[in-house]
This record gives sequence, structure tokens and C-alpha cells, in this order.
Amino acid sequence: MDAVRVEGIGKRFPGVIANHDISFTIESGTIHAIVGENGAGKSTLMKILYGVQKPDEGSIWIDEAPVVLNTPSDAIARGVGMVFQHFQLADNLTVLENVVLGAENVAGIGAAARRRVQEISDQYGFGLDPDALVASLGVGQRQRIEILKVLYRGAKIIILDEPTAVLVPQEVESLFRNLATLKEQGHTLIFISHKLDEVLAVADRITVVRRGTCVDTVSPEGVTSRQLAELMVGSELPSPEAGESTVRDEVVLDVRDVGLDDAQGRAVLADIDLHIRAGEVLGIAGVEGNGQTELVEVIVGMLEASRGSMVLAGEDISKWSTRKRRASGIGFVPEDRHRHGLLLPAPLWENRILGHQTRPPSARRGLINRRGAKRDAQRIIEEYDVRTPGIDTAAGALSGGNQQKFIVGREMSGQPRLLIASHPTRGVDVGAQAQIWGHIRQARREGLAVLLVSADLDELIGLSDTIQVMLRGRLVGTFDPRDVTPQDLGSAMTGAEGAA
Amino acid sequence: MNAVRTMLARLGWSLVAPVLALVIAGIITSLILAVTGNNVSGFWDTILTVPSERQLANILNYAGILYLAGIACAIGFRMNLFNIGVEGQYRVGSFAAAVVAGEAWLPGRWNIAFAILVAMLAGAVWAGIAGILRVTRGVSEVISTIMLNAIAGLLVGFLIAKVGVSTGNSTNTKRIPGESTSEGTSLFGLFSGPSIYTLLFLSVLSGLVFWWVLNRTTFGFNLRATGTSETAAVASGVSVKKMVVVSMLMSGAVAGLVGMPVLFGQAHNYGSSFEAGLGFAGIAVALLGRNHPIGVAFGALIFAFLQERAAVLNILAGVSPDIVAVSQGIIVLAVVIAYEVVRRYRIKREQAAVGRALARTDTVEVAP
Repeated sequence: MDAVRVEGIGKRFPGVIANHDISFTIESGTIHAIVGENGAGKSTLMKILYGVQKPDEGSIWIDEAPVVLNTPSDAIARGVGMVFQHFQLADNLTVLENVVLGAENVAGIGAAARRRVQEISDQYGFGLDPDALVASLGVGQRQRIEILKVLYRGAKIIILDEPTAVLVPQEVESLFRNLATLKEQGHTLIFISHKLDEVLAVADRITVVRRGTCVDTVSPEGVTSRQLAELMVGSELPSPEAGESTVRDEVVLDVRDVGLDDAQGRAVLADIDLHIRAGEVLGIAGVEGNGQTELVEVIVGMLEASRGSMVLAGEDISKWSTRKRRASGIGFVPEDRHRHGLLLPAPLWENRILGHQTRPPSARRGLINRRGAKRDAQRIIEEYDVRTPGIDTAAGALSGGNQQKFIVGREMSGQPRLLIASHPTRGVDVGAQAQIWGHIRQARREGLAVLLVSADLDELIGLSDTIQVMLRGRLVGTFDPRDVTPQDLGSAMTGAEGAA
Repeated sequence: MNAVRTMLARLGWSLVAPVLALVIAGIITSLILAVTGNNVSGFWDTILTVPSERQLANILNYAGILYLAGIACAIGFRMNLFNIGVEGQYRVGSFAAAVVAGEAWLPGRWNIAFAILVAMLAGAVWAGIAGILRVTRGVSEVISTIMLNAIAGLLVGFLIAKVGVSTGNSTNTKRIPGESTSEGTSLFGLFSGPSIYTLLFLSVLSGLVFWWVLNRTTFGFNLRATGTSETAAVASGVSVKKMVVVSMLMSGAVAGLVGMPVLFGQAHNYGSSFEAGLGFAGIAVALLGRNHPIGVAFGALIFAFLQERAAVLNILAGVSPDIVAVSQGIIVLAVVIAYEVVRRYRIKREQAAVGRALARTDTVEVAP
């Protein structure tokens, strides 16, 4: 019997396609994993299954009956529960109170409720004390409360959104034991993750999501974590357009021994040593969350490095503000264009000023040059093929690809020496992707140093002169893109055997 | 031609929301009047009669003062900085200016100019405390400015008792010498007497400066960028901490001006007669005008108009003037809702327009 079947699910947000034609089937009483990079569309898909968001197209069947889920209550009524990555517990209440909160109709709030909570906890070996204060419990126990909450509400199908992200290895093992018990007792579990070895260890079936759509559904017996990684990031060989090397001698960016500690004093970045020469593209590969974001933010100056030095074209920029760094020739295509790259409600020409507030043509001596900004916005639209009715259109109204082309155009203006491109083609359509790749190659020919961070191995291999792999905040291997395969990169990225 | 049309369209769009809000607020107010058994038509007749010249002068004077308070709030609001403390900053500024002007260290008009500077400085310092607390200790400016309001009231009261002079049973600051008061203006003969505060030019000036700084300077761009998306502003190199302190100081400086027209044009000293609640009215006025220099002017005029008409409501229509406070509140709520509705509608329209203009280029991502 099928617990869940989705067919042709599509979801669009303004300017982006989050899901497109997603179809898969989940058999009852199994653990089904959904894997994919951040931003591949997993979370949107799960929100659709849990009724948080409505799909624009497609159909859902639960227990082989067609359903329309308008709200989470609809999903709960169908026996679907969701455990969110970020726990939704009240610290100052007990386990019992947290479980009963919002589900008073199940068994009241008195002795019957307590009995039921105790029963579930015993049945699945959760070992939770109904009267313990949540504030006194650890992360693993809190997660079990979340699962208990879902079970208490009668869920037979449980969605777990990146449940292991917050756990230490021992807790992961005990979570997996809980999941196995739940499965034995006939529950269906949907397990979202991008940690491949865990998925292989626990799942019965694995669906891979990439760029908003299902790439494949496989059995863990038939695949290695390398093959899964390839499916996740795309392993087709890049167009053979590497071109001749344009690398010059002059070192543009020299990063030495840079480290970054988080608020708890743990090293997020450690011993980062890298240099980029003029005309060189340095690619940074890595599974997301291994410090790439922080590395970029440290170089741009949004985060202050805890250790080490950075030299841009002979000048020590370690202590400079973001403003000064950018004005001295760092172009920045951020990873999250909506959060860091654009003022969505503002017209395009105002977005031309963003990040260039102190420089011609958009500004001069503390004053905004509206005419200059408008003229240059127009130039970018023409040169970078930004499809928009005009420069007065709000940035948020454009499609993701056109927003990104505009950002790339803006960051290539003002003669940058270093271009930092973080996932420059994420969430953009194929046409825009090819154009953006073309612009990065052009930049390289013109002698820019480019730092390219990407999860797309084709992109890295196709564009880079050198590839470094990042794992747990360190650079763990250097590869020559001319003779590296996605498989080599994949194993270095996951810390598997044979990392150079 | 096209540019003119775009401009007209934009103007039209910016009027839709406030007009919608006023209509809704009118309907709700009427309903409340009807339900409470009041005379609905009498209310509207009284409210909507053309004001006399004296009333018009009152409306203009009051609107000018509200405008200053509104701009003071708007400066912070534009970058999501909620300076609730305009009230306290206005009191501290007015008091400081009154003391300095009362001492008359400088002759005539110089005394006025100096006192105005002192008022701005005092207001800025008072607001700056909240700004510094926010960037160094992470204290929400909402909380600290509310606290500072209370402290300002008590502190000023205490200081008046210390340095003020008692006449009869009230204690005020020393009276400003006659040569340093400003008589009022007839606005080039528009009014039959000098019934408009001369210092209302400060309102006009603040509005112009605010507009210019906001739209034409890098600082203003940073301010708006921070308000629109703090993350994007940070990535673009804006130091949010610096922006918080500077805009708090500016907001406080303008708040310091709020009391100036009355101080020099009418009261001539600072005491208990100074109106309370102007700073809070400023919040509503700024909200009403969407923190836009022209919008705030309309908001101030509407509020001043209602306030002035409220005075006679009880006499002419037998309706309690409190209903005006109710309708002011309803207007603010209606404006907030109407703007959100119109904003969403416009985003949809704009996206549709982009789609049409591009003749549906395919944006669907297909996995290769």
C-alpha cells in the first residue's frame, strides 16, 4: 500500500520556481529519504505535504485517497505530522504540557492525557518523563518530545525535516533506533537530509531532489554515497569550454591562516590559506554548511575573522569595513540574492546603487547621482540581457535569473579586481545560467581574480582554474579541474576515502 | 510623454490607499456613532463645515507642530528604528531651550537661534542614549525610549522646581525677554493678523531637508536600504550600528524642535502648560503619511483638522469630542491595512506586467 503519492507537484514563488513536476510514491511502513542540496526544493515540498503551502499544480494522495491540504490541520486529520528542524517547544512547560498544548481535544489535559503520553513514550522507548521541565532536557530528548507530539496527534506518516542537523553522533544513533521502532510499528517516515551516509544507513528508499524537481528514486542497496552526491549536484560533464589558462603572476587576494570562531568558541573556519591570481578562477567545492558561507562573509567583511590576514592587491584589508573592501575592488555576488543582493521592493535603478553607494556613477561625495545610476542600470540591462520592462520595475518582480544577471552586471561594474561569486547560478533558469557562466569567463579573461563557491560540480569544473575542497571549516584538498572527476570531488567533500 | 504618464500613474497609486483608508474610517466612525445612539449627520455636518479664519490658523499651527513630531518619528521608522521617545525628547529639548532663552545670553534673534540649537542638541542627546544602548547592549529602542519618556517627564519637572520661577501657583522657566519672542506672521497677508507661528518655517525646512537627505544623499540611501532589508544593507557595506546612532540623533534633534513654535510664539516659558502627547501623535501622523515627507504633511493636516473640529463637536452636535480620538485611531488602523492591501495588489500587477512585457519567456527550470 502507498502511504503517500504525489504527482506533478509544482510551486512557484515570485521570481523563482521552488518545485517543478515532482512525482514519487512512498510505501506504507517504510523510511523514505528525500535528499538534495539546500535550496533544491525539499523544504517547500514538505511544507506542501504538511499543508503549510498549497501547490500551484499537481495532486497528492494519502493512503491512496486523493486529498487537498489547505492547512496543517488538514494534514494532521489525515495522519500526517511534521517534526520541524527548529523545535517548537515552550521551555518553561513540562513535557506533558508541551505535548498537550494545542491538542487538548485528544485526551483532555488531565490524567487521561498523562496516561496517553506515558504510553507512547514507553511504546517507542522514548524514556520521557511527562513531568520533566523542557528547559532541563537536552537536544535529543527535545526532539523525542517533538516526535511524541506528532504521535499524540495520531500521525501515521511523520515528516522529519533534517532531524540530525542538531544532533551529536550518539544522539543520531538513538534517533535512528527510535525511527526503526516507529517503522516496525507500522509508521511511515519521511526523512529529509543532505547527509548521505545517514540516509544510506536508515532509509528504505531515497528520492533525490535537484533544482526543484525529482531526479531519481533509488534503493540504498544499489548506490554509494558518491553516486548519490552526483545525483544531488549533477554529474554530467561540463561543456568542454575550459579555454586556455589566463592566469597571470600577480596575486590579487592572499588569505593567510584565517580562522573564525562562533559565539561558543568553536572553529567555524580554521587555517584557511588561499591565494587567487589575476585571471584565475578559484573554485571552492564542498557540501553546504562546511564553512563556505562564512569564508565568503569573512572576505567581504560581513564577519570579522578571529585570526589571520587578508591582503588584496598588496594592501592588508583584514581590518577594513565591508564598505571599504567593496569600494577598493571586490565585486560580490551573494549566495542569497534576496537577502543580501537586492532591495526587492526598490526599482532596479536604485538597486544599481546598492553596494556602490560611495562610487561613481551612482554616487559622488556623499550625494546620490540618480541620473548616473539610472543610465548605468540601463546599460546593465542591455549588456547583461536582463529581461525587464525597464529600470523603474521593482527588483522583486523579476525572475530569479534576471535578478541574478542584474547583480552580476552590477558587480562587474566599477572595475573590480576580485569577484566573489557565491552559488552564482543557483535557482536560475538554464538560459541565464549559460549567460552568467559566460560573464565569469569574460571576467577571467579580463584579468579579474574570481572566487567561485558552488555546490554544482559541473560549474566548478567547467569554470575553475583550481578547485579547493572545503570540509568542516578547512580546505582539505586541491584539485586540477582538467583531470578531476565529480567522483573525486564528491569523496573529498564527504570526507570519504582518498581525499588528496 | 511616457514619463509623464508613469508619474501620473505613480501619483494616482500613492493616493489610492489613503483615500481608501479615509473612506473606510469614515464608514466605521459613522457606524460607531449610530450604534452608540449619536447624531451621525450632525457629526459630519460639524466636522465638515468650512473652518473660519481663526480655526484655520489653529489648524495650520497645530499641523506644523504635529509635522515636526511626525518627521522626527519618520526618520527612525524609515530604517525600522522605532523611536517611541519623541515625547520625551520634545520635553527635554523644549525645557533646555526655554532655560537658555530665558537667560538671554545673546541678544534678540540670536537668542532664538541659539536656543533652537540647544533644543536640537538636547533632543539628540536624549535620543542618543537609546541609540547607544541599542548598539552597545542590544537594548530594544522601543523599551528604552519609553523608559526615557518617563524619566524625561520627571527630570524636567524636578529641574523646573529647581531653576524655575513661581508665579501664582504655577512654576515655569524664566520668561523669555520680549525682544527674543517671535510675534507670528500673517503669511504675507493671507491671514488678517499675525496668527501663524513664525517658527513653523522649521517644519517646512525639516520636511525639505528630510526629503533631500532621504532621496539625494548616500546617507539617506543607506537609511532606506537598512529599512528595506538590513541584511542587504550590511552586505552592501552599511554599518548598521553607525546608522542606528546617527538616525537616532537626527530623530531626536527634530523632536527637540517640536516645542519651539509654541515656546517662542505663544508660551514664552516652559511649564505645565506645554501640551502632552505630541510625540505620540507624531507616531500616528508618521504612520498615516507612510514616513514620506509629503504624506506626513497630509497626515498632520488631517489630525490637526479633526482636533480643531472636535472642540465644537459637543456644543454643536452634542457628540463627545472623544469620538474624534476614536476616529483618529481608526484612520491610522485603516491606513495601515489599506496600504498593505494596495501594496500586495501592486506587486501582483507589477509581476503580471513584467510577464506581459517579456511575452512569457520561459522561466521554468528543467533539470538537465
